[in-house]
Amino acid sequence: MNLVWWLYLSVLLFTIGGITVLVRRNAIIVFMGVELMLNATNLAFVTFARINGDVEGQVIALFVMLVAAAEVVVGLAIIMSIFRTRRSASVDDASLLQY
Amino acid sequence: MTAATAAGALVAASTETGQASLGGNGEEVLFWVIAPLAVIAALGLVFARKAVHAALCMAWVMISLGIVYFAQQAPFLGAVQLFVYTGAVMMLFLFVLMLVGVDSSDSLVETIKGQRWFALVFGVGLAVLVISVLRDVTYPSAAGLKDVDTGGNITTLAGLIFGTYVWAFEVTSALLITAALGAMILAHRERLTPKPTQRELSIRRIREGSIKAPLPAPGVFARHNAVDTPALLPDGTPSELSVSRVLTARGQLRDLRSVADDVRVVEAELTDPLGDQGPRTSREGTPGIVPGDAAERVAGGGQAGGGRGDTGGSTDRADGTADGKGAAT
Repeated sequence: MNLVWWLYLSVLLFTIGGITVLVRRNAIIVFMGVELMLNATNLAFVTFARINGDVEGQVIALFVMLVAAAEVVVGLAIIMSIFRTRRSASVDDASLLQY
Repeated sequence: MTAATAAGALVAASTETGQASLGGNGEEVLFWVIAPLAVIAALGLVFARKAVHAALCMAWVMISLGIVYFAQQAPFLGAVQLFVYTGAVMMLFLFVLMLVGVDSSDSLVETIKGQRWFALVFGVGLAVLVISVLRDVTYPSAAGLKDVDTGGNITTLAGLIFGTYVWAFEVTSALLITAALGAMILAHRERLTPKPTQRELSIRRIREGSIKAPLPAPGVFARHNAVDTPALLPDGTPSELSVSRVLTARGQLRDLRSVADDVRVVEAELTDPLGDQGPRTSREGTPGIVPGDAAERVAGGGQAGGGRGDTGGSTDRADGTADGKGAAT
């Protein structure tokens, strides 16, 4: 099988994640879009590791996963504290710095 | 294994030269099964109305990516993907969804005009750009990891993580500790006022003049005993207080108008107890098996109820619809 197909899949998932971030208003879904983009890049890393015959791509993917886990924890805590003060999880409502 | 490499060589020969080809037909089958499913699930993230559905779609994408890692000679990453992402991160997402409220669905109003179209154009443009670049790149003939992974995937990864990347690994531990601390600080809430006791709560309730007795129970009604059916007050109007606020927020409340229709039906049965026991108008507001007959009966009951006087606005509306149905048939 042509390994480039996995890269195409990765690009599609990344694009869908980006569209999710741009379109959706619910902060949690926006966050899931970010996660989807990170996962898509991981797929690209793993595929390139296989194409080039080098495990370093997998190591980088592992580090991406670690950083993503930390990011999820902090991000969800921020979403929760915003929800607690504003009673809304919509990204449109958090416009305190606008005026 | 030799058969797989032979099949890989076959596939490599059949595709263009200069393209990275590896793996057998099994992987191709896997790709064409799992890639559409993953893309459809990812699209569910964009289109799902409820956040829980989006989270489940996301969980499916992550599981399928884990399977892909297993197929891509990265068994350790596949296991970590399943454990960390699907097991921990997605459950964390679902947990926060439950805390924030399942009913926090998206508003579908565009705050920036044409934003969706710009997003779509951006996404399609990005995909076309990157895919066209990926198409034109000349790849080395795929090497695979068989020569590198001599001691097994985990051993090789461990050698790299605790050898070349040991410093990055140690910094990662600091990052994780910081993240955990930050999450605790962000999620922690200091109580500024003492917690009100039951006595203070009851005193406040009396002072505010709010309802003192327990709330009315839902579904206390001749034709329904479901929790989504509001109780009827003595004047025939349904009581909003009797149903759970969660059901109201989710929009799963039984329509008040259909309940008002039921009032007419019950009144019709009361005024005409010897009438035939044929099928009535169903409670969903859709006409029953013999709509004309039932509607006429409802209309008759409406007139009887009107003679008794004391019809609320909702029952008047029910009268109107019932008369309309009767006239239509």
